[in-house]
Amino acid sequence: MSAIETEMSWRYVCKLDDLPVLGARVLERNETEGGNVAVFRNSEDVVFALLDKCPHKGGPLSQGIVFGERVACPLHNWSIELKSGEAVAPDVGCTKRFPVKVDGEDVFVDLR
Amino acid sequence: MSTVQKQKLAVIGNGMAGIRTIEELLKIAPDKYEITVFGTEPHPNYNRILLSPVLAGEQTIKDIVLNDWDWYKDNGINLITGKTITEIHRTRRELTTASGEKHNYDRLLIATGSNPFILPIEGKNLPGVISYRDIADTEAMIDAAKIYKNAVVIGGGLLGLEAANGLKLRGMDVTVVHVMPWLMERQLDEKAGKLLQASLEAKGITFKMQAQTEALIAGESGRVAALRFKTGEQIPADIVVMAVGIRPNTALAEKSGLQVSARPGGIIVNDTMQTLTDPRIYSVGECVNHRGTAYGLVAPLFEMAKVCANHLAEYGIGRYVGSVTSTKLKVTGVDLFSAGNFQGGEGFEDIVLSDPMGGVYKRLVVKDDKLVGACLYGDTVDGSWYFKLLREGKNVAEIRDQLMFGESNIGDVGHEGNTRAVTMKDTDEVCGCNGVCKGTITKAIKEKGLFTLDEVRKHTKASSSCGSCTGLVEQLLMFTAGGDYSATPKMKPMCACTDSTHQHTRDAIREQKLLSVPEVMKTLGWRTPNGCSSCRPAINYYLLSTWPKEYVDDPQSRYINERAHANIQKDGTFSVIPRMWGGETTADELRRIANAVDKYKIPTVKVTGGQRIDLLGVKKEDLPAVWKDIGMPSGHAYAKALRTVKTCVGSEWCRFGTQDSTQMGKDLERAMWRMYAPHKVKYAVSGCPRNCAEAGIKDVGIIGVDSGWELYVAGNGGIKTEVAQFFVKVKTSDEVLEYTGAFIQLYREEGWYLERTVHYVSRVGLDYCKKKVVDDAVNRKALWERLQFALDGEPDPWFEFDKARVDTRQFIPIKPIAADTVATV
Ligand SMILES: Cc1cc2nc3c(=O)[nH]c(=O)nc-3n(C[C@H](O)[C@H](O)[C@H](O)COP(=O)(O)OP(=O)(O)OC[C@H]3O[C@@H](n4cnc5c(N)ncnc54)[C@H](O)[C@@H]3O)c2cc1C
Ligand code: HEM
Ligand code: SF4
Ligand code: SF4
Ligand code: FES
Repeated sequence: MSAIETEMSWRYVCKLDDLPVLGARVLERNETEGGNVAVFRNSEDVVFALLDKCPHKGGPLSQGIVFGERVACPLHNWSIELKSGEAVAPDVGCTKRFPVKVDGEDVFVDLR
Repeated sequence: MSTVQKQKLAVIGNGMAGIRTIEELLKIAPDKYEITVFGTEPHPNYNRILLSPVLAGEQTIKDIVLNDWDWYKDNGINLITGKTITEIHRTRRELTTASGEKHNYDRLLIATGSNPFILPIEGKNLPGVISYRDIADTEAMIDAAKIYKNAVVIGGGLLGLEAANGLKLRGMDVTVVHVMPWLMERQLDEKAGKLLQASLEAKGITFKMQAQTEALIAGESGRVAALRFKTGEQIPADIVVMAVGIRPNTALAEKSGLQVSARPGGIIVNDTMQTLTDPRIYSVGECVNHRGTAYGLVAPLFEMAKVCANHLAEYGIGRYVGSVTSTKLKVTGVDLFSAGNFQGGEGFEDIVLSDPMGGVYKRLVVKDDKLVGACLYGDTVDGSWYFKLLREGKNVAEIRDQLMFGESNIGDVGHEGNTRAVTMKDTDEVCGCNGVCKGTITKAIKEKGLFTLDEVRKHTKASSSCGSCTGLVEQLLMFTAGGDYSATPKMKPMCACTDSTHQHTRDAIREQKLLSVPEVMKTLGWRTPNGCSSCRPAINYYLLSTWPKEYVDDPQSRYINERAHANIQKDGTFSVIPRMWGGETTADELRRIANAVDKYKIPTVKVTGGQRIDLLGVKKEDLPAVWKDIGMPSGHAYAKALRTVKTCVGSEWCRFGTQDSTQMGKDLERAMWRMYAPHKVKYAVSGCPRNCAEAGIKDVGIIGVDSGWELYVAGNGGIKTEVAQFFVKVKTSDEVLEYTGAFIQLYREEGWYLERTVHYVSRVGLDYCKKKVVDDAVNRKALWERLQFALDGEPDPWFEFDKARVDTRQFIPIKPIAADTVATV
């Protein structure tokens, strides 16, 4: 594990409980940094981070309904896999995904 | 960690039902089994139904393949074609092929389809005598048509007529021999059967009716050359196609000791598609007998496939309870449709339209105000509509008079399209919501092998939004895919997470007093851990409307608009629409709005059609501050809830006014606001029949007259304009509140999520609503009281965040911490 860790650049985001269960918060970044990141928490307390832009027409995924390991985009209801950022078939597309680490109560994201 | 050995699933029969089951299984449990498929035919799974268009030269074999070789490979399925299984050793769980290979299984699926029935007559085995079941038969017919002249088809049913039509188109002289007095006697009544015969005769096909074949006679070459009837008459026949029916293919099952029905045949299965004898062995398709019925059309087989996959995946909830089927003959130029019990009889009512000159005949059979059968000839555009009414068991009493003239006559503009489907050009738009044209849909149906409305929705997005083009898409499915696959179960499940219908879910919540979303999902056996974006909001609403004050609202089960209490726009900003009671405002309110627009740099200010002001382009972070600065109540313009009460100026100012419509509107709005409902609810009140507030297209429309108020319900100005229907006339404004409130409460308690009042009323019938609200004073008062109880003390979500369970964290974006806390490089 440690071999992997050395390659990561973790940034502290928030406490786990700052994230609503089956919901998300927006991590603000300006466009030059690549735009906002959505940080999700599902019912199993697994945390995921995706670029807050739907592969369809850029809808803010952070505002969608979270279920299982997916989020439904609020604009046209595409389903996006939280793990990979891939749109669920038959829709095709992928949004950038960021590695996440939960250490006790602290949530870290590698934003590169 | 040791790797878990996957269970072995073997499938006998590489046909439509077997492979459909595997497809369904892969969707829900892709890694559960190591799958092996055995098939006698040397082809991958193809669409058997489309053999007729192939025979007729309208399509090629290549066009009709459903799962190509790569599909099996990509899904890790071991496909063994050209091998017939001849033995199942159940205790050893072992299969043997005709050439002696052995194969073990943990679970087995038998999908061997059916065999053509061969008449036990002399000469039945002669070369040139063909049945009509598979690609080999079809190719044999195509080849024969190249060399020979005279074809005889025995059997005037669906298959026989499609064969006859194909052979005729390939240039042969075709005679159809049928024992019954009219064609397709199991699907058509006598009139329609005769009309069908006439139109096929016009295509050049000859008929021998009520004729019994005695023998097939060989010619010099040893090949069939003639057919002799019992009467002694003889006709030339270079090929004979036997299409006198099918028998479930159960020889293998019987040999292995599985229980098989004697009549009408088929391996006996239970509601979970397991064979009665051996629970490790499942069976689907034409080879089964379910509750005494063996099916011969694909729609029921696909329902079976779904249930079977569900049990193979060990979700264990689906039940197959049988199907209603419909028939459509795939002979280009002949329009014929039949479904249900079209023969009628005692206790049944017949509605018949007969226009032999125009070649049109329609017969509808009604029982207890429900459509139970339909037989259409010459004009089948309303087939899918009738089929829908029939399957859903809709009450047709109110539309009985117009029933015969079809859906377009019911004033249902949106669904009218039926007639259009065929005549439309490929570039014509079908789905206005998603901009999908006919060509895209038919192409997807063909190339991706789509069968159901749901699949078309997923792949093309057509009909996935407002649904008003559903009728058109169903028609396209019918014409393109060849058969009628229109949505199968009698009652649709809420979504793919469950088999429970909206009604069933509602009932369970009430009867078992379920009080949370997880509890509902657990009790009703949801397949997914926490539902999806379609079922969760519905369940949340059902809980809220059934158990007001007890159920605790779950914002994460609400769509973003109802979570943020503002409408999301396409750029991710929001709109703010404050409430203006009855459309009235004041200088003070306008000033506060103007100040907020400046302060928060709100780009657009627009007057809505609901008589209030819309501030568009508000950033999510600014929402709470904008609400606070404006200081007006939430307009709920974002919610499935009471929206506006639109009013005209009324008697206070208007020279025509008979009633004070503005005051009435304000009173109504104050009584009903904060009311969540299955869908949005709009009211309007006009002060006289000139109806300037357009009350005729609202969920509840109220029109003032000299002597009181006329109440209208279930109007809709949306995608399809629906004129509100007269409900009752009352005298006082208190009565207006009580009657309309009771009606809306009935809808809140019984409507399905996302069902507008117009759809609710058409489902249960206007008479039913009148009975509950107008005729029954006690019930009316009880409904009205329950509404007031539910609304009493309801918070305004813009100001009472805690009480309305608004998660205010959502308005505060997280700023990434500048320094890396645990960074290592
Ligand atoms: C010409 C034609 C037109 C039709 N038109 C329509 C229509 O318009 N609408 C409609 O709904 N239905 C129609 N049908 C019926 C529809 O095609 C069938 O209901 C459907 O194909 C049955 O599916 P199945 O999987 O049960 O059987 P099949 O698709 O027949 O599959 C069974 C497969 O199992 C194989 N098999 C059998 N025994 C063994 C064994 N022991 N070992 C290995 N393999 C074995 C067979 O070779 C076959 O490939 C039509 C059928 C035909 C022939
Ligand atoms: C069926 C499809 C419909 C959809 C999807 C739809 C969608 C919407 C949306 C998204 C808004 C909010 C715009 C905003 O953010 O400000 C809105 C507002 C509005 N719509 Fe519709 N609408 C539909 C049908 C109708 C119909 C049939 C009418 C009128 C007869 C109507 C009248 C209004 C009015 C008056 C508003 C302003 C909101 C208010 O003042 O409360 N809509 N609609
Ligand atoms: S509906 Fe009648 S009362 Fe109302 S504004 Fe129009 S004319 Fe006047
Ligand atoms: S406000 Fe209504 S009609 Fe206008 S674009 Fe949006 S959905 Fe369509
Ligand atoms: S932008 Fe996400 S579904 Fe359209």
